[in-house]
Amino acid sequence: MNAGDTAFIIVCAAMVMIMTPGLGFFYGGLGRRKNVVNNMMASIGVMGLGIVLWFVLGYSVAFGGEGAWIGSFSFQHIFHSGIGMDDLSGTIPTNVFSSFQMMFALITPAIITGSIGGRMKYKSLFIFLGVWSIIVYYPLAHMVWGDGGFLGSVLGSLDFAGGNVVHISSGVSGLVLCLFLGKRRGYTQIDYRVHNIPFVMIGAALLWFGWFAFNAGSALAADGLAGNAFITTAIAPAAAMVSWMLIDVIKQGKPTLIGACTGLVAGLVGITPGAGFVPPYAALIIGLVVSPVCYFGIILVKKILKIDDALDAFGCHGIGGIFGGIMTGIFASAAIGGTDGLVYGNPGLVGTQILAILITIAYAAVGTAICYFITRAFGNIRVSEKEESIGLDLTQHGEHAYPSFNGLD
Amino acid sequence: MIKIEAIVREDKLDEVIQALTDIEINGISVSQVMGHGVQKGYTELVRGQEVIVNLVPKIKFEIVVSSEEWEKKTIEAIQKSAYTGEVGDGKIFSYDLRSVLRIRTLDKDYDALN
Repeated sequence: MNAGDTAFIIVCAAMVMIMTPGLGFFYGGLGRRKNVVNNMMASIGVMGLGIVLWFVLGYSVAFGGEGAWIGSFSFQHIFHSGIGMDDLSGTIPTNVFSSFQMMFALITPAIITGSIGGRMKYKSLFIFLGVWSIIVYYPLAHMVWGDGGFLGSVLGSLDFAGGNVVHISSGVSGLVLCLFLGKRRGYTQIDYRVHNIPFVMIGAALLWFGWFAFNAGSALAADGLAGNAFITTAIAPAAAMVSWMLIDVIKQGKPTLIGACTGLVAGLVGITPGAGFVPPYAALIIGLVVSPVCYFGIILVKKILKIDDALDAFGCHGIGGIFGGIMTGIFASAAIGGTDGLVYGNPGLVGTQILAILITIAYAAVGTAICYFITRAFGNIRVSEKEESIGLDLTQHGEHAYPSFNGLD
Repeated sequence: MIKIEAIVREDKLDEVIQALTDIEINGISVSQVMGHGVQKGYTELVRGQEVIVNLVPKIKFEIVVSSEEWEKKTIEAIQKSAYTGEVGDGKIFSYDLRSVLRIRTLDKDYDALN
């Protein structure tokens, strides 16, 4: 056991944890006033559900053994059984490794909830996210990071901190789920303005803070690679924020706080797959380009395809993750992560990355469809029109976020 | 007795209060209201998407005056102080009032207004 690595990953795990409530603030602020409790509950509820599920069978399915698709068919580590206090995963205790990975299993389903904001029954969402974790997330985590995993070990694609596993999978799943659900009531005719921009900023700040651990911690050691991941995680979002602000100024004359926060999140998503594979200068390029890609991606999804991806989970995470995965194939350097990409004379990696992305998209889309039909078996998943107009806060949770309109209480 | 209601721009709050103070109107009520006129709100850009804003925030003044002379003076003061010439300056309404009662003293009508 390495004490430095262990201490580092324990801190990282706690930092990644804060991303999920941070996402709750991000989504809560972006939605409508009468849905803010529901949007936040979607994230916080996942933390309860996700940690329990991870303990019961998540670790076993994702990392419990060798194989192309899942860790262990025999579920030998179900309920974390057979993991002793002093057992090691690499240089750190298995409990620490499992805790760090557990946090990734929380943020990923939480991202999906951004697509379906304002129209899904909470009970159905809870069931869906649990089923989705088991059918889509755990196997995908194994395929990318597990021993003998199909996307990582067999195919040789690169995904440092979860571009495929976390962002593409959640973004695509969100998109598919919102196709099943349909649009919000009167979408494009009714006032769907962002209701609390300061919440969006609090969320973005917590996400960035946690993301340093998300990416740097994925080195699974306190070393130079973690340092590279840390600095790329600073550069890319900063560059993406600047380029999003620039788009805002060109398109509407003023830089917006929502734009700055969205840009930095897009930058974080874009650098996630490559944080430990690309040199810092590539992070600058990825950051600068990911914002226009996501900006026009959101327009494509919402205006041209007319899909109601409510809080842009696909627009930011799906599109940003796909872009970041391809960029990793272009800028990867053997001097950093052991594999060269296109600019270092290995064009084949771009193909491998694209193939891995396509497999992830297909797996997430089919998996989500299966999860949807399983969830449907427990009843209609969409709230009634009346419940939707009253708001999900009151109809799903019986709570008012802001008890009176003018603050007279 | 006449009741005057004026819907004005949010940023005209201070100017209208000052204008009413200058002509010695002593009692006013102010509230934040949401509404729209002929234009039915406006659109805003969020992440490059046009978002329709149906209801626009405005300020509503409510004033009760004793005579038509005061009604004229008050409406003129509000009109001048709330004017910008752009769409969305607001409207002023006035109507006859049936009764006024001061809760503390039980004064009625004109006596209750002073």
